[in-house]
Amino acid sequence: MDYFLQQMINGLTLGGVYALVALGYTMVYGIIQLINFAHGEIFAAGGYLGVIFLSFLTANGFMETHPGLGVGLSLVLSMGYCAMLAMAVEKVAYKPLRQSSRLSVLLSALGMSIFLQNGLMLTQGVYDKAYPAEFTHGGFDFGAIRVSYMQIGILAVTALLLVALNALVFRTRMGKAMRATAQDKVMSALVGISSNKVISMTFAIGACLAAAAGIMVGLYYGSVRYDMGFVPGIKAFAAAVLGGIGNITGAMIGGLIIGMVEIMAAAYLPMGGQYKDVFAFVILIAVLYFMPTGIMGENVDDTRV
Amino acid sequence: MTRGSRVWMLFALAMGWLFLLLWPLLGIHPDGTLTFAEAFAVWWKIALAALCCFVMFRLSRRGVFDAVTRPLARLTRGVGRVYSASPKWMFLVPLLAFALTYPFFTDRYAQDVAVNVLVYICLGLGLNVVVGLCGLLDLGYIAFYGVGAYTYALLSLHYGLSFWLCLPICAAFAAVAGCLIGYPTLRMRGDYLAIVTLGFGEIVRIVINNWMSLTNGPNGILGIPPPSLVVPVISDGGLVLETVVMRQLSYLYYVILALAVFTVVAVRRLNFSRIGRAWEAIREDETAAELMGVNTFRFKLLAYAMGAVFGGLAGAFFAARMRFVSPESFTFIESAMVLAMVVLGGLGSIPGVILGALALVALPEVFRQFELYRMLVFGGVMAVMMLVRPEGLWPAARMGKRSDDEG
Amino acid sequence: MGATILELRGVSAHYGRIQSLRQISLRVDEGEIVSIIGANGAGKSTTLMTICGIVRASEGDILYQGASIRDVASDRLPGMGLCQVPEGRRIFPRLSVSENLEMGAFFRRDAGGVKQDMNLAFRLFPVLYERRSQKGGTLSGGEQQMLAIARALMSRPKMLLLDEPSLGLSPLFSQHIFKIIKDINEQQGTTILLVEQNANIALSLADRGYVLETGRVVMEDKASVLRANPEIKKAYLGG
Repeated sequence: MDYFLQQMINGLTLGGVYALVALGYTMVYGIIQLINFAHGEIFAAGGYLGVIFLSFLTANGFMETHPGLGVGLSLVLSMGYCAMLAMAVEKVAYKPLRQSSRLSVLLSALGMSIFLQNGLMLTQGVYDKAYPAEFTHGGFDFGAIRVSYMQIGILAVTALLLVALNALVFRTRMGKAMRATAQDKVMSALVGISSNKVISMTFAIGACLAAAAGIMVGLYYGSVRYDMGFVPGIKAFAAAVLGGIGNITGAMIGGLIIGMVEIMAAAYLPMGGQYKDVFAFVILIAVLYFMPTGIMGENVDDTRV
Repeated sequence: MTRGSRVWMLFALAMGWLFLLLWPLLGIHPDGTLTFAEAFAVWWKIALAALCCFVMFRLSRRGVFDAVTRPLARLTRGVGRVYSASPKWMFLVPLLAFALTYPFFTDRYAQDVAVNVLVYICLGLGLNVVVGLCGLLDLGYIAFYGVGAYTYALLSLHYGLSFWLCLPICAAFAAVAGCLIGYPTLRMRGDYLAIVTLGFGEIVRIVINNWMSLTNGPNGILGIPPPSLVVPVISDGGLVLETVVMRQLSYLYYVILALAVFTVVAVRRLNFSRIGRAWEAIREDETAAELMGVNTFRFKLLAYAMGAVFGGLAGAFFAARMRFVSPESFTFIESAMVLAMVVLGGLGSIPGVILGALALVALPEVFRQFELYRMLVFGGVMAVMMLVRPEGLWPAARMGKRSDDEG
Repeated sequence: MGATILELRGVSAHYGRIQSLRQISLRVDEGEIVSIIGANGAGKSTTLMTICGIVRASEGDILYQGASIRDVASDRLPGMGLCQVPEGRRIFPRLSVSENLEMGAFFRRDAGGVKQDMNLAFRLFPVLYERRSQKGGTLSGGEQQMLAIARALMSRPKMLLLDEPSLGLSPLFSQHIFKIIKDINEQQGTTILLVEQNANIALSLADRGYVLETGRVVMEDKASVLRANPEIKKAYLGG
């Protein structure tokens, strides 16, 4: 039983991370019907920036005196950077193709993904980059179950971000405009909502969440790699599809499910650990075959046939 | 602010933003120092290149280069007209002659490049069947390549089957894999198809990587026998059958040349057959095709299977040539590469795909010193091509628009 | 009637490769109700979409309050007082009724005024108040039409473009909707450009009318004159 609870906690932590990345995919698909392949690279960039900022702050002694503030600062700076990066990618590679075929923009996204991944490799090196890890050890023990400080931190930040996103999307004027644009792009223009601004904002928000996820993953595993965005990216997209593409609540739930399934399968199935990446793909294929609109239903522009 | 100066303002802004994006990645050091030097060093090279491109673009808009571009356009149009007007064999005969005599006047390195190009031509044409002819976006095509390679590896090592016997077996296995992968995707939308096939490709790679007992996992399979040919030789006054083991690169070159020619001919025949018609109908408008009586289910599966066959054959050759296979050769990047060849060359166009293979395999060899930047440029070119010339370098002759192209 | 508030000069537009509008010229004066009638596919909806910039005009010019809006982004028009209620209602299906109304006032900065206008909308359409928390997609056709009009009113438009407001509604309901449109015009002085399939009602409501046929303006006159015209009667008014 203890083992099970421990895996639950692990699954929840991983699921939260997937949820954060899945949100970026689902929001962008909901609004412009594009699978943003480059999103996984934003996640990786966030992870790298976390290393950079944290190492910088550690070397300056800032982390010794204000560890919490240091992590928070790194998070915010990383999120800001990734938002700028995502908006730049959108402006350069996706916006000019808005009137082109779906294949063109998909290939552009693929190209950008490869471009960014290699950009990271060239600027940051091929090898893993280690996180300064003094504060990542230790945790609470409940009998045989250990909840590390890292996990609590990740769960807390994830929960905070998800709540903030919910508030943003469902309660603010801008959030409603985003949802309106996703539901009917032409009509939203006719009521005065600027599609360009909304689309930029969608990319920016998705990127912020992915960046946070990247840093947290880096802190959790202790290192980052230039290609760390590829496989988690596909899994996060699977989570988005599972929850219903375009559906924000769906993406959150989908992420948690995928995370749980992965951890549980690795823990309980023989050979589960080696094949853990496969489960998300299998779920993706199964969902698209049996229930393409996902658990909570799609949220895309129904007026475009 | 005039329109002209506004554009320059935007350019300057974009360059500024680029520096801002580069600086955190290069200018903040883990030892606690801040610097602009490295970021600036990379930035000014990119900015200079961008400035040159921008200036050239502006100048060409103003007609400065018309003295060159107009006659050049006329030349290419003229060549195009000559090409479409003349019977194909006028070009094919010298081309074939060149290809057949190639190993006689080139060194090992050039032959190596040629072999690579030919392998990718097979792959590109195979993927072209799926993506270009039938319109199914397959991002996991390399899985069939892997299936073919591992099938030959295992069959030849465990059962001693010859390369030539294995070829049809590998094709069959690949076709089965194609049907397996194709089946669940039959009802999916275009974008979803892409990511699902990507997933399948990854699943195949992960399975190969972990199934130690069958595939030896990440260590790969060594010592795969090369193809051998039994040839009649005159010796001791009589006809004797001698086994020639094709270890030499030039022999292998001819094997892959034969395979490539076979692929070109086969794909061309398919293109102009009833099957090709059906595929084109499905590509243009699937619902309409269904209503016209085309069994989309069967034809889509057929497309996957046929495309897979060419991939499988190429894979078998790959295993025979490298004498070693490992999961590392069958990653997503390879799938993306093959897809890029098809798209950049021109979807559905056979000469386009060949051109694409040449561009993406041979060209980087010319710029060997920039090896590190190869993939970076590759990604960038893919994105830029969509902006500048989405129909590819050598577009297919009969390309209508897809039904969902209308905005 | 006041000055010309909207004018189209030789406007042409293409829908894909088909030319849907051929050098259309029309004008609407302030405070007027002008109707555009014509058969299906004549280009009525395209005209409205071209005015709003959703469809690009390939020829000609569109002037609103004297200034060209041909190259102005569609989302800037509500802020200038020009608002369209497009064909098919097109309310945001997964936003609530209140949220739909809020979106109608999206560009406005005066929160107090917006709240006032929302209350006004609820008073004008009490059924919307009842359903204010329901998702827009769950409303009936007639309710959605009311919501669409109320949403447009939230922008305090100087000019309203209405595309087939009675489509799919019962005759009784259509009467109700048209009464509201007439009231909006009379009480608030809002200029109305109405595209209607139902030529009878369109011409009885309007001051002036345009007849469109395969993308061309074939007739233009006072509504009363058009109604009496025997050709029009035969083609559009059922003999």
